[in-house]
Amino acid sequence: MNAISGRIAPAPLLSVEGLTKWYGHVLGCRDVAFDLRPGEVLGIVGESGSGKTTLLNCISGKLTPTAGEVRFDTRRFGLTDIYGLSEPDRRRMQREEWGFVHQNPRDGLRMRVSGGANVAEPLMNLGGRHYGDMRQATIDWLDRVELDTRRIDDKPRNFSGGMQQRIQVARNLIHGPRLVFMDEPTGGLDVSVQARLLDLLRELVRDLGLAVIIVTHDMAVARLMADRLMVMKGGEVVETGLTDQVLDDPQHPYTQLLVSSVLQI
Amino acid sequence: MSTPVPARANAPERYYNYAYLDEQTKRMIRRSILKALAIPGYQVPFGSREMPVPYGWGTGGIQLTAAIIGPDDVYKCIDQGADDTTNAVSIRRFFANVADVATTEDTGEATIIQTRHRIPEKPLKEGQVLIYQVPQPEPLRGLEARETETRAMHAYEEYGLQYVSLYENVSTYGRIAATAGYPVMVEERYLMSPSPIPKFDNPKMAKNEAVMLFGAGREKRIYAVPPFTRVRSLDFEDYPFETQTWEETCALCGAKDSYLDEVILDDAGDKMFVCSDSHHCAERRAAGHVGPMAGHSLDQDAALKEPAQ
Repeated sequence: MNAISGRIAPAPLLSVEGLTKWYGHVLGCRDVAFDLRPGEVLGIVGESGSGKTTLLNCISGKLTPTAGEVRFDTRRFGLTDIYGLSEPDRRRMQREEWGFVHQNPRDGLRMRVSGGANVAEPLMNLGGRHYGDMRQATIDWLDRVELDTRRIDDKPRNFSGGMQQRIQVARNLIHGPRLVFMDEPTGGLDVSVQARLLDLLRELVRDLGLAVIIVTHDMAVARLMADRLMVMKGGEVVETGLTDQVLDDPQHPYTQLLVSSVLQI
Repeated sequence: MSTPVPARANAPERYYNYAYLDEQTKRMIRRSILKALAIPGYQVPFGSREMPVPYGWGTGGIQLTAAIIGPDDVYKCIDQGADDTTNAVSIRRFFANVADVATTEDTGEATIIQTRHRIPEKPLKEGQVLIYQVPQPEPLRGLEARETETRAMHAYEEYGLQYVSLYENVSTYGRIAATAGYPVMVEERYLMSPSPIPKFDNPKMAKNEAVMLFGAGREKRIYAVPPFTRVRSLDFEDYPFETQTWEETCALCGAKDSYLDEVILDDAGDKMFVCSDSHHCAERRAAGHVGPMAGHSLDQDAALKEPAQ
């Protein structure tokens, strides 16, 4: 490569342009554009109803946008619009290269099968047919998310909320994705559990060099996790920038309100 | 051995709306059968009709039989392998009545065999049709409740999820403990639930000479395995597929290689193992095979012979 390659930002992993979603006459989100580079953590913050989750669903291929493009650097097709792919190709790409951590573990886990099977499922979806190998990988991952590996065969309902969330994290990282979506991953947890889970997530994301898009209404989560922030209001992005910059020196009146309304103890 | 039916006075007219269903319905079902045969293992939706038995008693199988049966057919109906259970007897009587067909208990003689839970022990021949009564045609249903999603999974051959149930089995029991309705891949393309037959019978489906039709009346699906089709039971590389085995032999006929039912005999815990395929067992006894409990009062043929001795 040439001498200045170190200064050139790497090619984007995900590139969103003009993304708009209308629910009939109701606006979901309007004209959102950003690039995400490998290993980068992007936080999307805003009050409820501001279009955060709509945006996340559109980007993650769950909800077809009304207009705009979501281009992802797929292993098989290169940088390509995910909504231009055929459905089987898109589903395969989602299985192989993405993870999605839901706010409520019940949405992201199969409650009728054991925690271990939940964690191993992505491996089976990708063609794993050797029980012993998958079992070992599952145990390794449960260990990595700091769960008691002896409880591998317990059903998710027998785990606490924080533990369920850890299972969900393991399930979404075991197959080595390059991009993980997180929708309020610490939403329903009490503060101490929240702090430990955030700590774990931060460590994993750093170790694995994952790119993450994290949606949250919690400024503390955004501060801890995100490299960059996007502030949304009424379906539009009102401010973007480095996390510290946005939180320490908010420019838009709404961001100022958001930052100042964080409770201090 | 088969029971012929005397000719009726109105024989010519009986071919119109013959065998309970009207002509249009049979035509619709036959079209679905043809499509099912063309795409082995694919579940073809069809307009299932109300039948004179409740759902779960074989409405899918009865409709399939009614759609393909003709006056020259010889009909056999089994339930759990036995010809003499209530359900099998009444369905057999139903078709003797509405279709004027000869009925039989002899597997080799029958042209149409309707079954629940078993494939007969005697290998099926070309020209025979085996009709399964299916309660739940969707093998993935237990893990994925959404029909839209399971359809997409079949369309795109995304069958990883089925292995989750096998994984659960191994982690709970140390082996693949599922016994009935064990999922199979048909022609390496479609995942199929082989109705609730024991996995003991799964290998019999592979490369079978007979036509196998599956009908689910409540779920309104027909699927099929044409003759000489590859059928593979799913398994893990380190936990290969295996069928059930018994340490006992059949108490009446001494068979070592047939599927055995355990029968409790009294409150003291005495029990016997007998062939689930009643015709197979009777045929072996007639050929002189003797099991350890031959002559037991449950051995009906022996019981009948007793007064003569």
